[in-house]
Amino acid sequence: MTELRYLAPGTLDEAVGAFAKAGSAARILAGGTDLLVQMRSGVLKPAVIVDIKKIPEMTAIEQAADGSFRIGAAVSGMALAEHRSFGKVWPGVLEAVNLIGSKQVQGRASAGGNLCNGSPAGDSVPAMVAAGAIVTVQGPEGRRELKVEDVPAGPGRTNLKPGEILVSFTLPPRPRGSSDAYLRMIPRTEMDIAVVGVGVSLTIKDGAVTAARVGLGAVAPTVLLVEDAAKALIGSKLDAAALAKAASACSAACRPIDDKRGTIAYRTRVAGVLLKRTAAIAAERAQGK
Amino acid sequence: MAKVHVTTTINGEPMEFLCEPSDTMLDALRGPLALTGSKEGCASGDCGACSITVDDRLVCSCLMLAVESQDHEIRTIEGLANGEHLHPLQQKFLEMAALQCGICTSGMLVASDALLRKNPDPSEEEVRFWLAGNLCRCTGYDKIVRAVMETAAEMRAQ
Repeated sequence: MTELRYLAPGTLDEAVGAFAKAGSAARILAGGTDLLVQMRSGVLKPAVIVDIKKIPEMTAIEQAADGSFRIGAAVSGMALAEHRSFGKVWPGVLEAVNLIGSKQVQGRASAGGNLCNGSPAGDSVPAMVAAGAIVTVQGPEGRRELKVEDVPAGPGRTNLKPGEILVSFTLPPRPRGSSDAYLRMIPRTEMDIAVVGVGVSLTIKDGAVTAARVGLGAVAPTVLLVEDAAKALIGSKLDAAALAKAASACSAACRPIDDKRGTIAYRTRVAGVLLKRTAAIAAERAQGK
Repeated sequence: MAKVHVTTTINGEPMEFLCEPSDTMLDALRGPLALTGSKEGCASGDCGACSITVDDRLVCSCLMLAVESQDHEIRTIEGLANGEHLHPLQQKFLEMAALQCGICTSGMLVASDALLRKNPDPSEEEVRFWLAGNLCRCTGYDKIVRAVMETAAEMRAQ
């Protein structure tokens, strides 16, 4: 960790300039809960660290008149939990962000960092995928938007171009009767990495599902959007047949690793089980139960 | 590389110190600031022994760069007692022997204090989940959890 330069620009343009100039030797610092561990273990030896937390846009949580939320990439899980209305509108996204590490980690860790770290098991990512979140990125060639599910490229890799910085997440307005949930399976109740994570976002009208999105984590090289699972739920009253079909779609989407936390067979099976449980929670919330 | 000059507030006192850009907040606390109450256990955010608060949010000081404390309000275990008077949590930990070797204790106390500031009436489950990021390798968690619950009850009664 010698020869390190620390920069804390106050504007996004300055940050983009400094980040692009330093090239591959630069790292973005949001919460730092992954970066500092990687530096400490010698996996990363950055020459320049660009702290983005002095840029107001990066730490802001804003709700627009249409009900959509814009969350800065460096907003910590704790800050999101303290927001007066975010957790009421997006309880699943909030619970996913607040399953990242411990309370100490949530005091710093951000959804932006969780996504850019590129772990297939990042807890906030399936919930953000289910939410239909759009991310705004800014780089030397300007600003662009992409779907959150298009950001991860593989374990530890993203589709951001060199010099691009993740700026914010935009979560769409929610029609009445909408809610979401996130569940994960881990060998203990806290402080571990997801073996499977499922995020479900639903809109229910007159007991029937009119819109659904399903995000699936820790069972493939990247977090997945499972469109077949959503299709199985849309139009249904979440009856056993629809849930079974959606669960099968989740299991079918799995391309997991075999490791000490879970075998391929276990992860594949649990993906389906968790889909059913998560959809049930999202449905209860959507119907105000 | 030149050292960086940092101006911050620690336990209510304005402070200045010099650090390397790569130093963690824990390095700065235990080094130039001579506040050795925060302990280094894992240095990877898993054990919670180095817990502090930054602007009232609980964080691991090993997962934060010292330069990031510029213009923020830091609180450490050294700021918990009021002069010679122990904080009720500290008193209760002593009375109920909620510690053995003591390495985890300052982190446990800082984390418990952060919880009670946020939620003066936590359930046992909430206490256990809140303290999941603080590891203790000798006394087990029961006495600690009971001490936090009793302190909370006494503080509410006052």
